[in-house]
Amino acid sequence: MKPIESFDDLTTVTRDALVDLLYRLGDDELVLGHRNSEWTGLAPILEEDIAFSSMAQDEMGHAQVYYQMLHALGEPDPDTIAFSRKPREYRCASLVSLANDKNWAFCLLRQFLYDASETVRLTALCEGTLVPLAQAARKIRSEEKYHLMHGRSWVLRLGNATDESHERMQTALYEAYPHALGLFEPTAADEPLTLAGICPREEELRRQWESAVAPVLADAGLEQPETAQAAYGGRVGHHPESLTSLLNDMQIVYKIDPAAKW
Amino acid sequence: MVTAVANELNGLSPQEYDHRLAEFEARINRGEKIEPADWMPDQYRQQLIRLIHVHANSEICGALPEGKWIPHAPTFKRKMALVAKVQDEVGHAQLLYRAAETLGPSREELIESLIAGKSKFSNVFHYPSETWADVAIIAWLIDGAAIINQAMMSEGSYGPYARALKRICYEEAFHMKHGYEMCFTMATGTRAQHEMLQEALDRWWAPIMMFHGPSDKVSTHTKLLVRWRIKLKTNDEQRQQFLNQFVPKIFDLKLTVPDKSIRHDKETNHWHYAEPDWEEFVRVVRGGGPMSRDRIATRRMAHENGQWVREALAAAAAGRSVPMPSAN
Repeated sequence: MKPIESFDDLTTVTRDALVDLLYRLGDDELVLGHRNSEWTGLAPILEEDIAFSSMAQDEMGHAQVYYQMLHALGEPDPDTIAFSRKPREYRCASLVSLANDKNWAFCLLRQFLYDASETVRLTALCEGTLVPLAQAARKIRSEEKYHLMHGRSWVLRLGNATDESHERMQTALYEAYPHALGLFEPTAADEPLTLAGICPREEELRRQWESAVAPVLADAGLEQPETAQAAYGGRVGHHPESLTSLLNDMQIVYKIDPAAKW
Repeated sequence: MVTAVANELNGLSPQEYDHRLAEFEARINRGEKIEPADWMPDQYRQQLIRLIHVHANSEICGALPEGKWIPHAPTFKRKMALVAKVQDEVGHAQLLYRAAETLGPSREELIESLIAGKSKFSNVFHYPSETWADVAIIAWLIDGAAIINQAMMSEGSYGPYARALKRICYEEAFHMKHGYEMCFTMATGTRAQHEMLQEALDRWWAPIMMFHGPSDKVSTHTKLLVRWRIKLKTNDEQRQQFLNQFVPKIFDLKLTVPDKSIRHDKETNHWHYAEPDWEEFVRVVRGGGPMSRDRIATRRMAHENGQWVREALAAAAAGRSVPMPSAN
């Protein structure tokens, strides 16, 4: 398929679908980045405190990249997008919205499942027709690579280390898996994005993701939930309550005076 | 010459001890660094462990009042900068516990002593951070005050601590700039922002004035620390340096220092100020500050929640593993 060099070359239908995709990508990154930053100062060991803070910064940075593209497509500026929208206007999957609940096993496993999905998705975007998005995806993928290595090595280690760590990781997997499937919730944007060669269908990405995570989970001695029902809704603005309290936290200072410079 | 105390001799004859001590002090006077494997008086070792331990504790407890505001940071730029800043503080704790380990105690022991309330951390982190402006004041003035102390200590005689401090100071200088930029933005912003900043300064001024420790008249540790080049300036000298560097900038931001007696004597280049309440200082660092219990409880919670992870790491390192269900 012919490369699309500029946003100006998109049809209205494709352009709308792209806006929807960028909101999904950016919101996933921002909300997960926020969740990871909630570990700053509180993680189980100092080294992981530092690692989660780094991933938080990377993810917030990626969110900014996607929001910047949205801004170029006529949406508000990144700060307004992040700090002034209501929960139902967010398009993140429930996986990232769920509260940390001081549960590091869950957060680590969530991170691994998410990073694996990122790798699959970003690789697809890199090969896609939309040049500005492919360029951004290449850069983001170069950072996500390290997140995935980090998550993978911890999942393997904790899955096999002690009875307790195995138990905690298995419980976390049962809890996280349906929400991870929710990362691939099909939307009305699938069709136009696929037709334009920008991004494959969600179901295709899900297949790739499943074959990427299954061997790692098996090596970690973790049983993959076979009958997990995907938790959908995030991509159309239906979120768990935890997103509302996250956004209240996130927007509280901004809303003192949205016109002020902080 | 410091006379050897009996338990310091470690099997040495008093003459031998005096000889080694003289050699040790001569090395320090030549500006050499003492390294972990070198002979050192027990008291030198103990003083350093105490100092580095308190410093490491302060970094990890100092992550809490600022970390609390990470979820509330009002822009992308602030959010990412604050995560990076607090991350640095945690990294400093990691470096410092490592430096302390070169003198004997393990990180685990040092952290357990902190969460048992048996070791201290800096007075300033026993106070609450009430608004977003507190984050700006902490990063500017507390990191600024810390740089004065740590830049001095980085010239000190113990190699691993001095080297850790060099790197820490480099990062703290960024924090201070980030703090000043936040203060500048709020001071030149709306009236409400300026007020918020002034209120934060009002709350933090007294703890900051105590940050460098009790006045030279009452400080018990200083003499020996100076002799062995663990410390190169007295607490009052550091406080003067802080005032010199920051009060004019505070005035530039059209902020008021909540001490009516503050003034600079041009002839002596000396700042006059109201003597801080040292009783409050002692009470606070002994665990009687408004957030003392809370900080320790939070650190304890983090440590206890992480117990299973540390056990798993130890087991993984020892090559043990649980029997796995079959893959098919």
